[in-house]
Amino acid sequence: MAVEHVRGRKAGDVMLYALSTCQWCNKTKQLLRDLGIEFDYVYIDLLDEKGQDRALSDMEKWNPRGSFPTLVIDNKRCIVGFREDEIRGVFVK
Amino acid sequence: MTLPIIAEPLVDATYATLKKEVHDGGYRLNPDEDFTKNLVRGLLKNEQRYGYRACPCRLASGKREEDLDIICPCDYRDPDLAEFGACYCALYVSDAVLLQKQKLLPIPERRPPRAARKKILSVQPSGQVPLTALPLPVWRCRVCGYLCAREQPPDICPICKVSKERFERFI
Repeated sequence: MAVEHVRGRKAGDVMLYALSTCQWCNKTKQLLRDLGIEFDYVYIDLLDEKGQDRALSDMEKWNPRGSFPTLVIDNKRCIVGFREDEIRGVFVK
Repeated sequence: MTLPIIAEPLVDATYATLKKEVHDGGYRLNPDEDFTKNLVRGLLKNEQRYGYRACPCRLASGKREEDLDIICPCDYRDPDLAEFGACYCALYVSDAVLLQKQKLLPIPERRPPRAARKKILSVQPSGQVPLTALPLPVWRCRVCGYLCAREQPPDICPICKVSKERFERFI
């Protein structure tokens, strides 16, 4: 899986499932950058069919609807959609 | 896979055409021009790589027949506009959102998940529409609800301009 890593302040295991064309995904990614935390992201639309299937299956465990953006935090918590306040609430203490 | 580069003049021209068509059809485009142009860029990227303008905020399969429901304008636009004031990607907004009387919030996905979609596809084509006493079948545009009584649906919906495959038999 072509996972991209963004360096920053360690705030747990943060994984963002996104689409390269999705503006709500972009906003989520930008928010994470602005918060300066370390995270990984993957653009599922840019993967080959097998990679897409694997990534979607991982994502659907958290978000059975299979929608974007899906943000998984520490393999414990999942935030679906660009929910700015909720995301800030997790990372801004 | 590398993404195709979309030339800025094409984005601007598509945005201008879309804005006019949307307005002429009685709908409203998102007033945030930068945001909306990014959505247009996504639509054009999808047109280049898939051959159709799939919703930029949804994962397209590359198979048109599986993605008819998410070709912009999608089948879910009008119910989402009514309930949330915007379509799923927020290309279209309601008057309330336009006039800032309603705040845009994330919209839950209305499209069935992929496992359920496969089932729906395998159930089709039914073709078993009950016969009625009407002299002609009635066709319904799944996007805008336009109804017409004729042998076949029109090639292009006269109201919202989507293609013939987006019609379903209504009666």
